[in-house]
Amino acid sequence: MVDHRAADVLQIKNLRIEATAYPPGEPPRHLVLVDGVSVSLAKGRVLGLIGESGAGKSTIGLAAMSYGRGGVRLSGGEVLLNGRDIRTANAQGLRALRGREVTYVAQSAAAAFNPAKRLMEQVIETALLHKVMPRAEAEARAVELFRKLGLPNPESFGNRYPHQVSGGQLQRAMTAMALCPKPDLVIFDEPTTALDVTTQIDVLAAIKEAIHDTGVAAIYITHDLAVVAQVADDIMVLRHGKTVEYGTTDHIINTPSEAYTQALVSVRSIDHTEKTATTPVLRAEAITARYRGTDFDVLKNVTVDVAAGQTLAIVGESGSGKSTLARVITGLLPAAAGRIDFAGRQLSPDLANRSKDDLRELQMIYQMADTAMNPRQTVGTIIGRPLEFYFGLKGAEKRARIQDLLDQIEMGKGFENRYPAELSGGQKQRVCIARALAAKPRLIICDEVTSALDPLVADGILKLLLDLQAKEGVAYLFITHDLATVKAIADKIAVMYRGQVVRYGQKSEVLAPPFDDYTDLLLSSVPEMKLGWLESVLASRKMESAGN
Amino acid sequence: MRIPVSALIGMALTAAFVLAGIFAPWIAPYPLDSAVGKVWEGSSSQFWLGTDTIGRDIVSRLIYGGRVTIFVALVSSMLSFSMGAFFGFLAATRGGWIDTLLSRLVDLMMAVPSLIVALVVLSVLPLNLIVLILVMGILDSTRVFRLSRAVAVDIAVMDYVEAAKLRGEKQSWIIFREILPNALTPLVAEFGMRFIFAVLFISTLSFLGLGIQPPLTDWGGMVRENKDGLVYGKAAALMPAAAIAVLAISVNLVADWILSRTSSLKGGRGG
Amino acid sequence: MVIHPILKLVVQRIVLGLILLLAVSFVIFLGVQILPGDAAQAILGQSATPEALANLRSQLGLNEPALVRYFTWLGHALHGDLGKALTNGQDISHDIGQRLGNTLFLAVCAGVIAVPLAITLGLIAARYNGRWPDKLISGVTLATISLPEFVAAYFVIFLLTQVVHLFQPVSMVFPGMSFFAKLHAVALPVIVLVMVVLAHMMRMTRAAILNVMQSAYIETAELKGLSPMQVIWRPALPNAIAPIISVVVINMAYLVVGVVVVEVVFSYNALGQYLVDHVAKRDLPVVQAVGIIFAAVYIGLNILADLIGIISNPRLRHPK
Repeated sequence: MVDHRAADVLQIKNLRIEATAYPPGEPPRHLVLVDGVSVSLAKGRVLGLIGESGAGKSTIGLAAMSYGRGGVRLSGGEVLLNGRDIRTANAQGLRALRGREVTYVAQSAAAAFNPAKRLMEQVIETALLHKVMPRAEAEARAVELFRKLGLPNPESFGNRYPHQVSGGQLQRAMTAMALCPKPDLVIFDEPTTALDVTTQIDVLAAIKEAIHDTGVAAIYITHDLAVVAQVADDIMVLRHGKTVEYGTTDHIINTPSEAYTQALVSVRSIDHTEKTATTPVLRAEAITARYRGTDFDVLKNVTVDVAAGQTLAIVGESGSGKSTLARVITGLLPAAAGRIDFAGRQLSPDLANRSKDDLRELQMIYQMADTAMNPRQTVGTIIGRPLEFYFGLKGAEKRARIQDLLDQIEMGKGFENRYPAELSGGQKQRVCIARALAAKPRLIICDEVTSALDPLVADGILKLLLDLQAKEGVAYLFITHDLATVKAIADKIAVMYRGQVVRYGQKSEVLAPPFDDYTDLLLSSVPEMKLGWLESVLASRKMESAGN
Repeated sequence: MRIPVSALIGMALTAAFVLAGIFAPWIAPYPLDSAVGKVWEGSSSQFWLGTDTIGRDIVSRLIYGGRVTIFVALVSSMLSFSMGAFFGFLAATRGGWIDTLLSRLVDLMMAVPSLIVALVVLSVLPLNLIVLILVMGILDSTRVFRLSRAVAVDIAVMDYVEAAKLRGEKQSWIIFREILPNALTPLVAEFGMRFIFAVLFISTLSFLGLGIQPPLTDWGGMVRENKDGLVYGKAAALMPAAAIAVLAISVNLVADWILSRTSSLKGGRGG
Repeated sequence: MVIHPILKLVVQRIVLGLILLLAVSFVIFLGVQILPGDAAQAILGQSATPEALANLRSQLGLNEPALVRYFTWLGHALHGDLGKALTNGQDISHDIGQRLGNTLFLAVCAGVIAVPLAITLGLIAARYNGRWPDKLISGVTLATISLPEFVAAYFVIFLLTQVVHLFQPVSMVFPGMSFFAKLHAVALPVIVLVMVVLAHMMRMTRAAILNVMQSAYIETAELKGLSPMQVIWRPALPNAIAPIISVVVINMAYLVVGVVVVEVVFSYNALGQYLVDHVAKRDLPVVQAVGIIFAAVYIGLNILADLIGIISNPRLRHPK
């Protein structure tokens, strides 16, 4: 455990946070969001809060400002900021310390900035409001912070409106806004989660440096243990609103004692040895595509193939064209040029002209399982429809096959009559996998299927997909932005950048040096679960990230 | 599922109005069109709500009038609803020039308030029930069109609809099995709103003398017949006015409840 | 020369509005022509002899092609000549000119009271979202929305002339009346119009404010330590002002319909009354002319709302 010291900026003792939910048409439900959490944080130190969605990490972060979102109550324990208990402070007292002693950096800076005002006004607003310094001094400090955070043209940056700068820049501007009034404590609430991986690393480095230079204490909230390992001195692992483990970063990363922490640390270390290339089941050749009414090629001369029973991973950031490639292969967006061969025959570019067998053998799984299933259909209907549609199965035969599929996705009995809303995130994605499997496909396109899931759940899905491939011999075209996932599942990799394939080959070749500049940037941007990774990477980079 | 009291009251009152309309000849104490009392009698045990401008029983005329109001409003809202929903879904699922054409046409129709358009049209057409129902139904279908198109467009971009397309499902499956079940609740609530609008519309037209023509009567027409009595302190005109208000509010309460259930389906905040 | 994109949008929107108005005038003119029965039939009734009909048709110019008649009419209308009424041969422009002022007087009075009241009530309802002041205001406005204008009118009349003897149930305004006499005369119709417009306007204002109050940047402001009043003045109002103004303008359009009915209720001699009278008399030239005037006002208000929305959008004012 970490010692409690009197000089701590923040001490949270035995905090309990509750809320009442009002589901319409049902009696109100009482929820305990956080229970028995204690934290202490000294000047100049950074505490990482880590956990899955629903772990209560953001709730605790806001509790450090004595703020509860939408009916959330801090119902027990103590929150000591600079030695005073602020949990029970009155509104006026809270206003005096919010923005003065403790400030906040939100996940989505794009939403958190007032769209109607220039950035400078918003960055210095708190310093003026709390009379920390006169306007001229605040503006000078803001410019200095812009410079420190690596923003372009720091002198004039503040004259812009929020919509005029990029997401990565806004996130830095929000950091400047939080640091400007010289607070004692800054809460960073998933500040890099919404950014592309190559942008994330720069923002992360900028935040780390700014924290260090200004000497504030900080709470850094994230779901990504590898990220928090780069910035935090101490880490608290949370689950279901309770502390799982709390200790120094070194201890948590290198010698975790709890099983849950160990699982988090070893996540994404699935071992998958690549198979040797065989005959392709799908070959997309010289594909060029553009959206209707535009004259910009989203895909330029893309050629890839997927070996039967193996996995091709398409890696790239947002805007690389990787999802467009999936739309072209499925026929939703007919290619402007190029040809697609599938299972020994040429596919029509347009969905409408494909045979039922073409459609059956080429299935798709989506990123958001929530929107991929009709909320008014039961699991049985969702999985049963392809059985009925492609194979004409009915009655007992169909039911037996549905149960088969449910067993295959390791869900067992009792799910047939449930609706999607009654399933967990991981279960939903499993049902989508079962729906795809029901068609007995040769190829399944997986579009970011694990990105919306918590790391441990995502791991389970990846393992299931690998098992199914081994048993059924189905090939995957696996689209993702996450290189760790690629390493876990791919046999072959295509790296995409601005509509083109910049690197392509067997996994072992693609991930071995020498690298082209973009692949190097991409590979080096994926946070690794070890201390000091950020510094070593920044020292050895060849290319500026796309977000700058 | 718990139904709030307000919605229960709304349902009960709406049902009462509809039943009274259906069984009018058996319930009404006096015939529709015979002067059974003196002019503008007050309320008595013989005439519960008094008599009207030429001595007819107001309760009986309210019952018969409600029958006409509810019938005309129901048929015209059914017309506007089926037309609007059909073309709205068509525009949303087909897209392309069909969508553009229908949407511009609706923009044009909605560029002028419905009442003004109705007045212009009714200055030419004969005033009978069929014309009234058609005019009201067509004019109001524009609102249903916009709503159902918007709802269908929202649903049509969902991945499960795309999944159905990729599976090779026919257009009819996509519309009736994937889109419609998810669009139903907002559309049902909208039907309530359209019905209220039709009640207000026909009442207003009748009140202006351009709706239901004698010897038939409806609530709007009854207000018109009796409005002069107000100057002498005779409240006869207020009875049909109150009937319109109570019916409209009752349906509104039910529709509000259905709507609140729809929005809560999407509800919930993550994290 | 670089044209500011916002100027381009504004010009575009105005031109679109004018095209729409032209299209509407065309549809109103032609729609009336292609419907079964025409002006001659309407004047002479169903039992007219064919000869009489033919005579009247040529007299009215009904034998010319519809397009020719439309452009003739449009040309005259643009010069302020709306033709003569069929029923009494009066000059339509003159009749409209006399009544337009009365209608505007009524509408302006109602607007001046309704707008500040609606915004204040909307603010209160949004401030106490879900608590009793909100529920009370929302409940009352729901009830008013459920009423046709004339029903609301008769309840008000009965209450204020019979139960409490405050006003006369008929509103006569004539030339030479003093301003205050006029005000007193239109008090009742104005109260009714305010009721009708207020409810819609207040509900939409409340929704617009709540929408802004749920934005993440409001939470940012609270976490900066701004007081509730400062939150309203700094981040909330600048962002809410555009939707509120747009709500106000759109609801002015309800006045267009409201005015027609209310004028009839109070036998107030103005455009709405004029329109309804001539619909009953099937006097097509009058109906067309007044219909298009109402349409023009309505379309104009909608363009205005769009323009305010465009101009107040920081993304459009300060492009990348």
